Amino acid sequence: MNAIARLGAIALEQFRGWGHAAFFFMEMLRAVPASLRRFGLVVAQVHAIGNRSLVIILASGLAVGFVLALQMYYALVIYGAAENLGLIVNLSLVRELGPVVAALLFAGRAGTSLTAEIGLMKAGEQLAAMELMAVDPKARVLAPRLIGGIISMPILAVLFSAIGILGAWVVAVLLIGVDAGNFWSIMQTGVDVWRDVGNGVIKAAVFGVICTVVALYQGHETEATPEGVAYATTRTVVISSLWVLGMDFILTALMFSRP
Amino acid sequence: MGKKKIEILVGFFVLLGMLGLLFLALQAANLGSIGGGDTYTVQARFDNIGGLKPRAPVRSAGVLVGRVTRIALDAKTYQGVVTMDIERAFQFPKDSAAKILTSGLLGDQYVGLEPGGDDANLAPGDTIAQTQSAVVLENLIGQFITGRADSAGAATGAASGAGQ
Repeated sequence: MNAIARLGAIALEQFRGWGHAAFFFMEMLRAVPASLRRFGLVVAQVHAIGNRSLVIILASGLAVGFVLALQMYYALVIYGAAENLGLIVNLSLVRELGPVVAALLFAGRAGTSLTAEIGLMKAGEQLAAMELMAVDPKARVLAPRLIGGIISMPILAVLFSAIGILGAWVVAVLLIGVDAGNFWSIMQTGVDVWRDVGNGVIKAAVFGVICTVVALYQGHETEATPEGVAYATTRTVVISSLWVLGMDFILTALMFSRP
Repeated sequence: MGKKKIEILVGFFVLLGMLGLLFLALQAANLGSIGGGDTYTVQARFDNIGGLKPRAPVRSAGVLVGRVTRIALDAKTYQGVVTMDIERAFQFPKDSAAKILTSGLLGDQYVGLEPGGDDANLAPGDTIAQTQSAVVLENLIGQFITGRADSAGAATGAASGAGQ
């Protein structure tokens, strides 16, 4: 009987957590129009979230493009299809790796700093102080960060894919010697702007919402101790990564299951 | 001053994102090639379209001149109706022939247009009369096997006939 009671308690706790997160999300959405009226706050957050993630995103995109081109070349050259290198690298970057890897890096680079920042604000009772002064912390602090994340994430994913393709071009055309004309023209016939590039951007925007909301929620719900903030930061990375990977499967199934 | 600097940096960030998107759309995808250009529509009916898909290329002498836009089945004649957009710069005679071909041994299928000798050109909405269906590998193998079986059957038939 005790085991069943514990199971029930765990289930109730889970549902309570889900409901809490959903209400948090709804309240933050309600605060979005108010924060859009003070767009300077959003711009500052795009700088903190987007600009400062640029270096890690560009470096990783270039590395992924290099390695993808090298590895694919070994497999493709067996079938005499090395010219298709650009197409394969492009499709895998634009559809999957661009949004997903950029989102994972985003969770690690920007999500953690958001969680720590909000968590420390909460621990220092700055959010409570704001509420006392009749300033809505959701409109002043949380919503600008959410919008900043939603704006930054697709841009970062697009740049990840673009620099990855340039990296693949460097390896394939400059180092290996694949014909440049074939490299680009096969890519252009095989990749559709709306279906592949467009869906990749939609994916990135969804991941941006997920990563930012998870980071803000974890920061907002953190225990007001140093251990609590450390724990919340760790959970931000784990939870957003799992959500991104799971959501990616669902989105891929919805977007690309039809031939 | 600090605020202005941040705004400039964010402006560069967004601009960089737009450039990246432009690069993906124009250089790494098909927005620059045929699509949305000045085209006209023609139809062709095939007994079997094989693995032809919408957006497959239409080529003449190997050169891309258009794309397949729609594939449907005619409910009366049970033929595949392939609708394609061809660039207006390329006008084909009315008696041109359309074939479904395969690029390479395992490549994608495309529509090949062979110009005829008629003086009048295909008008928008016309149907190409002469078509050649896709070669289906299974049918080809089937014909080969039944051909072998027929000749073998004829041979044994002749042998048993001789034995009687």
